[in-house]
Amino acid sequence: MAKRWQNDLGAADITTEAVFMNRRAVLAGMAAGAAVGLTGTAAQAADAGAPNDWDDITSYCNYYEFGTGKDDPKKYAHTLTTTPWSIKIDGLVDRPGTYDLGQILDKMTIEQRIYRFRCVEAWSMVVPWDGFELADLLQMAGVKSDAKYVAFETVARREEMPGLRYPVLDWPYVEGLRLDEAMHPLTLMATGIYGKPMPNQNGAPIRLVVPWKYGFKSIKSIVRITLTDRQPPTAWNKANGREYGFYSNVNPTVDHPRWSQATERKLGGGLFSRRQPTLMFNGYDKEVSKLYAGMDLRKFY
Amino acid sequence: MFKTFPIRSPLQTGGVKKTINTWARALPSWVVYSVGMLPALIAFYQGATGGLGAEPIKALEHELGEFGLKLLIIGLMITPLRVYGKIQLFKFRRAFGLLAFIYVMLHFAVWALLDLGDVALIWADLTKRPYIILGMIALVMLIPLAATSNNYAQRAMRGGWGLLHRLTYPVALLSGLHFIWLRKGFQIEPLAYFAVIAALLLLRVPAVQRVLRRG
Repeated sequence: MAKRWQNDLGAADITTEAVFMNRRAVLAGMAAGAAVGLTGTAAQAADAGAPNDWDDITSYCNYYEFGTGKDDPKKYAHTLTTTPWSIKIDGLVDRPGTYDLGQILDKMTIEQRIYRFRCVEAWSMVVPWDGFELADLLQMAGVKSDAKYVAFETVARREEMPGLRYPVLDWPYVEGLRLDEAMHPLTLMATGIYGKPMPNQNGAPIRLVVPWKYGFKSIKSIVRITLTDRQPPTAWNKANGREYGFYSNVNPTVDHPRWSQATERKLGGGLFSRRQPTLMFNGYDKEVSKLYAGMDLRKFY
Repeated sequence: MFKTFPIRSPLQTGGVKKTINTWARALPSWVVYSVGMLPALIAFYQGATGGLGAEPIKALEHELGEFGLKLLIIGLMITPLRVYGKIQLFKFRRAFGLLAFIYVMLHFAVWALLDLGDVALIWADLTKRPYIILGMIALVMLIPLAATSNNYAQRAMRGGWGLLHRLTYPVALLSGLHFIWLRKGFQIEPLAYFAVIAALLLLRVPAVQRVLRRG
């Protein structure tokens, strides 16, 4: 079921975006001010809501399978073969199997979601993703009642991904969500940006987008989804558990051990762009805070 | 030449060495200063005109820091090159040292003014973040070195000058750690820098020098 969530960002500014030709589901951003209200004035809020342009989104990427430099993915990700593509869905599901991406997409309704995207490195952007809700895919596979978590895995092909030669992380990249996080209407399986197919460097052909969590939770180029009753291991948590927790919700009051998370700088503002305050749950407080009611977010960072 | 180094070709090693030494004798230091400032000018220009990508502030900050680290390493190579390689670049040592200082200060300025741009944020980082503190200690240690880099101070301080300027060793070490510490995950590049710094510092250990001279 699509259209469970309405875009609250970018409507006022999106018309100035030259690259953005294929507008589909842009709805009036009546809640734009409310969602970013913590930043203060309407001018600031509008600024926070303008989607970044295509070049910024597709040239500044963290996709370590193609190198650790921000420009490496754009340079090297063209080698990744994305057709044919299939996703293995297994574990605690009624209909496990290897699903062809084309067959999945035939059953899904693609809609546009304009989301803030906040990297754990304290930069951010606003991205007009195209995709469908993960909940719809999970319902297609049939989630068994004892499933509590969803585990994801990125493709790992040494011959196509030069970064796999270096042990920066324990490959393949893996991520995970609690089932209620995975079923949340904000949680998106994205297949495109600005109405164009997902560029390889951004996680083609299909990636996760969890807008209230740090960017590394939004795992790219997914080949496997496993429903499980145990909290699955996650790549950055395995590499450094003190710095990267399983939850990794955007939280300006819990600092990364090496840097502050209180502020962020939105990409694309040039050499003199200022930092802006980071919002609780990246501005999706209203939508997701109930998922964490009663939890100590310092402990479950 | 042939008799002293029977294994290597005199044309290759001796020739190159001779060429470098001849060029170094002829080259005035101001050329090193001018060429050394070019990467900073280019980086600032690129940053201001969109050539450094979507996040020009971080790119500029990292570029300046990394170049400063390179200059520190070059500075540490001058003496070993003379002792073990008979390559005479001693007259440029001050230029490399001062350039390193300038780049580290620019790196700091970009971090403080453009990246953070807020006294409270700067103070929080300087008191809380270990890798920032390491970098800051290295920067502070460079200040007396830059201040005493002129002929007058060098003469006036006599033996004390050499002792003071051994601060370059901890400066290089701390800068290398600063670089390793700020990266995410296990990354080769800062470790490679650190290995070079460690090797150059080992060459300062008397026991290592004795072994190398004997060999």
